[in-house]
Amino acid sequence: MPVFAGSELTCLRGDRLVFTGLDFRIAPGDALVLLGPNGSGKSSLLRLMAGLLKPLRGHLSWDDVPVPEDPDGHRARIHYVGHLDAVKPVLSAAENLAFWATLGGAADPRGNALRALERLGVPHIATVPGRYLSAGQKRRLNLARVLAAPAALWLLDEPTVALDRAAIALFEEIIAEHRAGGGMVAVSTHVDIAMPGARELHLDDFTPVPHDHGEDEDAPHEDDMEGEDAV
Amino acid sequence: MTRFLRLVGRDLRLALRQGSDATIAVMFFVLCVVLFPFGVGPEPNILARIAAGVIWVAALLASLLSLERLFQNDYEDGSLELLSLTTLPMEAVVLAKTLAHWLVTGVPLIVAAPLLAVLLNMSAEGFGILVLTLSVGTPILSLIGSIGAALTLGARRGGVLLSLLILPLYIPVLIFGAGAIDAALNGLTPRPHLLLLGGILAGALPLAPWASAAALRQAVE
Repeated sequence: MPVFAGSELTCLRGDRLVFTGLDFRIAPGDALVLLGPNGSGKSSLLRLMAGLLKPLRGHLSWDDVPVPEDPDGHRARIHYVGHLDAVKPVLSAAENLAFWATLGGAADPRGNALRALERLGVPHIATVPGRYLSAGQKRRLNLARVLAAPAALWLLDEPTVALDRAAIALFEEIIAEHRAGGGMVAVSTHVDIAMPGARELHLDDFTPVPHDHGEDEDAPHEDDMEGEDAV
Repeated sequence: MTRFLRLVGRDLRLALRQGSDATIAVMFFVLCVVLFPFGVGPEPNILARIAAGVIWVAALLASLLSLERLFQNDYEDGSLELLSLTTLPMEAVVLAKTLAHWLVTGVPLIVAAPLLAVLLNMSAEGFGILVLTLSVGTPILSLIGSIGAALTLGARRGGVLLSLLILPLYIPVLIFGAGAIDAALNGLTPRPHLLLLGGILAGALPLAPWASAAALRQAVE
């Protein structure tokens, strides 16, 4: 049984140490909920798990094989849902989704896309261009991505933002099904998502200095700061 | 390979539905060349003499115009992040997007060029070689430009920075592109110029996507 684990992880963003000495372990069927105040590194940890960020220290392993030794294999088994919805305004919802399904290696991208939209309760938006979708619909479309192509590990960064209550309930069911099938989930959230038996990881436990609320920074905000540094 | 083509297909579809990039580049190209007879006077011999250089400089500037947005939209809406998380190598992503960019902005320039050559009184034996040099040269422009576009991603006033970074690198392409046409018009063989252009293309084809991919990995981090 594959296990996704990280040990002694340290993350540096800019010149700020976000967390240090962090360990986690996700086995098939497990869900890991990342909790903590803004700026405690929930998004950074998810990006680290996805391989978008490199840890300053520590390592990630899948089934005891270090992730950097098999980056392609790692990319093939994860789905990452970030803050940005990656919806193209001139493509219809189904076209947007089918494109990602193709890149994710789905055999029947168009069919998968339509089924995923159906599952998220928005089959009627299939032919609607991205620019006419509401924030909630875009979010559902982005979440539908995880269903349109199979992957073992879902990394979800605040997946419930902009979702209504019904959609959250629907998504809880989807996560439960994924876990029942041996899938793994790591999710950061401020809203309660019902996930029976989920393990909690409090990121503020790993913050190196007492958290300073005066410098409350969220991950996307940090990205902006970096962009300015680059100029 | 299917995924590579799907990415090219998606970018083409985006460009065609948005519609502006291709027409803007070619309109700019035409206007830029049309300005010269007003500036230097309608003397046919002078125009014929400078035609090759003018068309090539205008093509450089026109291809530069849309480069800024090569990765910008994908970067801003999160698509680039997701593309870097697929099993398609980043180099292939760059190559696919560059190919789509060339098909949308480079090919219309090649088609429009003979028309502008007539306007500038270039003699007819130069037309074939003009189209040939542009066919080899414009892909180089897109490839080298992709490095600049990737490096300036996320920077403020990236477009200006991009021009400053990329225009000096365009100089060899300009020299050999315009040189081949001049050689043909003066009864010399354009072969050495064309071979050198081909050599630059052969070098840029693997190196530019490699460099751009490295810059993009930095950008999504």
